[in-house]
Amino acid sequence: MHALYPLVVSALLFSVGVYGVLARRNAILMLMSVELMLNAVNLNLVAFDALWRDRLHGGQLLTLFTIVIAAAEVGLGLAIVLLVFRNRKTVEVDRLTELGEARRDPAEARRGADAETSAEPVAAAREGDGP
Amino acid sequence: MTAQEVVFTLLGAVAVGSAILVVTTRQLVHAALWLVVSFGALAGAYLLLTAEFVAWVQVLIYVGAVVVLLLFGIMLTRAPIGRMPRGGPDDPLDSGNRWAALAVALATAGVLITTLVHGFSDAVIDLKAEGGGAEPLGASLFRTWVLPFEVLSVLLLAALIGAIVLSRTDIGPRDREGRR
Repeated sequence: MHALYPLVVSALLFSVGVYGVLARRNAILMLMSVELMLNAVNLNLVAFDALWRDRLHGGQLLTLFTIVIAAAEVGLGLAIVLLVFRNRKTVEVDRLTELGEARRDPAEARRGADAETSAEPVAAAREGDGP
Repeated sequence: MTAQEVVFTLLGAVAVGSAILVVTTRQLVHAALWLVVSFGALAGAYLLLTAEFVAWVQVLIYVGAVVVLLLFGIMLTRAPIGRMPRGGPDDPLDSGNRWAALAVALATAGVLITTLVHGFSDAVIDLKAEGGGAEPLGASLFRTWVLPFEVLSVLLLAALIGAIVLSRTDIGPRDREGRR
């Protein structure tokens, strides 16, 4: 089999993942796109393992490692997304701009002030979580 | 075009097509289900590349665990289930920079495919069924790669503890008076 078939498929999968990460707004859909990119890398590793007939099976074992790390990554990522959802009631990544530069016109600043006051009870609830 | 190439082309078309549906569909749950199709087609591609153990691990972990985890995430964040109307700047699924993302993705694909075609235009994979099963992989894993394997177990433990600490609400930083 010509080596370009798996390599081109993996390049296409990777760029589809890039599109997903950049174009999606929901954090879980972004995680799915990251999984697509990781799978593209895995396909590359397996293809090069088959191409160069590695005696130590480095490509396939690195694929197994990548799969495990991706599972750990998606577990932690979902925990973070759930925490963001619990504190902010949204998982839309471009709405989470508290750490950004303050660069707002007055109308938006008023809306931002409203958002901050509405964020207060959430923080209070978070502090009140303990016994 | 040999039979293997035909089968791989079909599998690759399924994988890329369902991946495109993952990033373009308007229904969150359908995105996760198209992800299953894409990962399944990739498992078939691994089988074709004589990596049978990796193929089954892919089915078990990706299709079995990761997609179920993503579905749980969709439900726990109370994501809108069902078809989302396409709604301008307040669209909850797609951000406004769809065309910039498309341009970047096409540029990435162009650069990668040009490089690969220039670099590997005469490389031919000689597919022989050997070395992809559990036995050679296990022997290699526990002889040569045993140190990364053990480090990986520590990484998994750290991820496990991190996920527990992040998602439990009754453990957290102490407040100012030192109470928990």
